Amino acid sequence: MKIDWAALGSVFGVSLVVTVALVGLFTLGVAGLSKQEAAAAQGGSAGLARTGAYACFALCAAAVAFGIYLIVV
Amino acid sequence: MEHITLLLAIVVVTALVFDFTNGFHDTANAMATTISTGAMRPKAAVAMSAVLNLVGAFLSVEVAKTISGGIINEEGIRTEVIFAALVGAILWNLLTWLLGLPSSSSHALFGGLIGAAVMSAGFSAVDGGTIVTKVLIPAVAAPVVAGLAALVATRLTYRIGGTAENKATSKGYRAGQIASAGLVSLAHGTNDAQKTMGVITLALVTGGVLAPGSNPPMWVIVSAGVAIALGTYLGGWRIIRTMGKGLTDLQPQQGFAAQTSAATVILASSNLGFSLSTTQSCSGAVMGAGLGRKGGVVRWSTATRMFVAWGLTLPAAGLVAAAAEFLTKQGPWGIAAVAVLLVAGSGAIWVISRRKPVDHTNVTDDEIEPAGVVTTAIAAVSPPPIGVAENVVAESEALKATVPAPAPESTPAPAATV
Repeated sequence: MKIDWAALGSVFGVSLVVTVALVGLFTLGVAGLSKQEAAAAQGGSAGLARTGAYACFALCAAAVAFGIYLIVV
Repeated sequence: MEHITLLLAIVVVTALVFDFTNGFHDTANAMATTISTGAMRPKAAVAMSAVLNLVGAFLSVEVAKTISGGIINEEGIRTEVIFAALVGAILWNLLTWLLGLPSSSSHALFGGLIGAAVMSAGFSAVDGGTIVTKVLIPAVAAPVVAGLAALVATRLTYRIGGTAENKATSKGYRAGQIASAGLVSLAHGTNDAQKTMGVITLALVTGGVLAPGSNPPMWVIVSAGVAIALGTYLGGWRIIRTMGKGLTDLQPQQGFAAQTSAATVILASSNLGFSLSTTQSCSGAVMGAGLGRKGGVVRWSTATRMFVAWGLTLPAAGLVAAAAEFLTKQGPWGIAAVAVLLVAGSGAIWVISRRKPVDHTNVTDDEIEPAGVVTTAIAAVSPPPIGVAENVVAESEALKATVPAPAPESTPAPAATV
């Protein structure tokens, strides 16, 4: 009986890093959007926050696309 | 498919029934958090999950090819053995559904195959090492890995985003949850529909209809995909309630963190060569997310029942399958008896479930205690809760220390396994 500790360890590491990175990115995106919403409510605009938010979401979308790629291939 | 015997036809139908129970048993994995946080309406959620399961079933046949060649030796396995294995797996799936406990359908299937094979050909038919590496270790590792990832992610999301609620945040987390739930559904379709395809193919091979090593025929792929999608659409509302409401109370941020962790773990594990159970990853992720929020609680009594069910899955499905195999050995009347018992057993479970139905209308209600019958049934099978809870906690502490390190030889024995 051979237990593949290396594979288990890499699953653990990759899962932890990817999950935290994705959730962090997404939260940043959401925070950016809500900042922009708050600014818009006061009549201003927060272009940077908005652009940053969309960049975060784009990265998350890329991760989802990669996930689908992993499932299909 | 020149001549499919009556027995073979029965096995194929039983396999599709198993696939169906697998679908409604595992809807919770993808959709429980999405439904309980209100990101999607219950019916819409299960419909989306069903469609993605169906799509997933057509994407690949790799898993289907490994299931037959893994745990038991193909040679010398008779068609009746597969039938007995499926009976064990179906009955265990239905029982855990009645109790509202998320347990792994794959483990039920493996348990059934092992039990039936042992009864048929003795212990030599089963590769013990494969059971440990493919079933026991993943069962312990999955919730820990997914739980830790979800816990850290939840902490992070509350630190960055705060707890402020407004239109942009609620819309954002809603979309995020739907996306990650979709990924889980798709992955489930490719994995679990294929398990059934693998079993049907195995039955066809042992029945002499297909040559060993062949790919599943198209009609097998289509029917397995449809069966799992139908099961998913029906929705295992009891399990959804346990996972979405029973284990912990989830806010949208936590739901998103849990679902993302589950999706990542499932994809990472299936692509890095250490397969982890979907159900256990999702349950672990939900608990991790529950612990990650300040003031969040995990209901350990519910969690303990779930751990006990995980530990019992393999032996219980195995015992039922072994009993079924003992009957089928007696000849055609035995097979008929098993078929009748399967229908009667499923019918009885369904009738009991109607006493206190759970469906899309009350799945997110706060009241979470199961019915009296159920509680007593659980009390009968589970050890005293306090000691076990301590064991489980102590064990998960121990695991946190041992799992990430690649070196240690001693494998922590899962406490929940009987």
